[in-house]
Amino acid sequence: MSLSGMDSAVLCCFSRAMRYSGFRVFLEGLRGQTGWTPVWRDPEPKPEYDIVLIGGGGHGLSTAYYLAREHGLTNVAVLEKGYLGGGNVGRNTTIVRANYFLPGNSEFYSHSLKLWEGLEADLNYNVMHSQRGLINLFHSDGQRDAFARRGNAMINQGDDAVLLDREGFRRHLPYLDFDNPRFPVYGGLLHPRGGTARHDAVAWGYARGADRRGVDLIQQCEVTGIDIEAGRVTGVQTTRGAIRAKKVGIVVAGRSGQVAAMAGMQLPVESHILQAFVTEGLKPIINHVVSFGMGHFYISQSDKGGLVFGGDLDFYSSYAQRGNLPMAEHVMEAAMTLMPAIGHAKVLRSWGGIMDMSPDGSPVIDKTHVDGLYIDCGWCYGGFKAVPASGFAFAHLIAQDRPHETAARFRLDRFRTGVGLMDEEGTGSQHNLH
Amino acid sequence: MRITCPLCGERDRREFTYQGAALALSRPDERASPEVWDDYLHNRDNPAGKTRDLWYHDPCGAWLVVERDTTTHEIFSATLASEVKR
Repeated sequence: MSLSGMDSAVLCCFSRAMRYSGFRVFLEGLRGQTGWTPVWRDPEPKPEYDIVLIGGGGHGLSTAYYLAREHGLTNVAVLEKGYLGGGNVGRNTTIVRANYFLPGNSEFYSHSLKLWEGLEADLNYNVMHSQRGLINLFHSDGQRDAFARRGNAMINQGDDAVLLDREGFRRHLPYLDFDNPRFPVYGGLLHPRGGTARHDAVAWGYARGADRRGVDLIQQCEVTGIDIEAGRVTGVQTTRGAIRAKKVGIVVAGRSGQVAAMAGMQLPVESHILQAFVTEGLKPIINHVVSFGMGHFYISQSDKGGLVFGGDLDFYSSYAQRGNLPMAEHVMEAAMTLMPAIGHAKVLRSWGGIMDMSPDGSPVIDKTHVDGLYIDCGWCYGGFKAVPASGFAFAHLIAQDRPHETAARFRLDRFRTGVGLMDEEGTGSQHNLH
Repeated sequence: MRITCPLCGERDRREFTYQGAALALSRPDERASPEVWDDYLHNRDNPAGKTRDLWYHDPCGAWLVVERDTTTHEIFSATLASEVKR
């Protein structure tokens, strides 16, 4: 048998399943990369589905995937007004961690990290999940105590945390300004299982997994209305026609306000701008994710070598997906304070995402006042690491009409009742404080 | 982004502090229902486009109602909150 004959025979069985493997990459190398096919279909919307998800971002795609995988529900459509993964899942700083403190957040992000750890095998997709460790700096005795307490909470949840003293810390990050007069480095809390992942790949991996199980991913399809009859959702109006649905899930992050308004709802959400920056590609210098809370600054190095970093919100409501100079300046100042060496790097570009900020800084995964209409929103600036567990919990809620245990506290009514608020920062449950 | 303070003229965004939707000017009666207070404290129109919010001008201490566009960052007007409230 000739080489090309063998190729075709082997590829034939591989193409049907479109499974990725090292072997497949090797074979495609031999035949000029001609055997790859589109990763997902581009279907026309059907007139009716069991479930319609509004929003084809990270959370929407993972919800579709888990509806199919965990609940066997595949008569599902994901409606995306732009292209898949074109919103916040493509505009973040790719950090994955489970270092939360409060009950509610703690078990949820713990579950998310476990899903991350099995994600590549589960999806048969390389999401480049890299558990390089995440370090939060502290600069005083009081801050050390607070981080010791947080570390203990993380360990109690079953995750990992190591309190590093100054010298232990110096071995990990020798390039920091340890003797900074304003913020001398006292040590740090290391979360070894924290790290990063490739942002786009997460969306693509979930999209491929959902598509292969029969979910219709419909792009360029903007929802313009939600149909409600006698208090029950019956479908949606879109730029590509009406689509009937027994259940509808809203999972549109920064655009939650506009979509919820179609169902006559006002949400406890304000959309804000958060900026991030990347430098030109450099040789490896930063091995971890480093978080400098006092300067509202955090940084990691991408696999391409760019230093990826960001700061705080610009602190005014915005949908512009770009920020203003004062916060860019503040981020650069914080970077120079933390690691003066960064002054030699050139910033390549910056971008902004639309953050769906909730009053207490924690999310919502809940039913609404309309039967069959569900909402997943309020991820603030922490939605990326939540992609797996948010989809898992939202799929559970939609499929079974009761919350998954990991997200049972993400209730919409907690702001009205004041019961079960999750103000992780302890700054108050009001807009513009997180 | 530059905002024109009615008292001081056009100034850089750095001089101003954002305080959220101008809704804060219509505080409900203290005996109002929890739903009314919930709307006032938490629920927002959150418009993509024209919005009205409260800004504080740090140097002169004026509270302003600023009309602007959340999709373009264009500023249309800034009025003293005391005049809006009147």
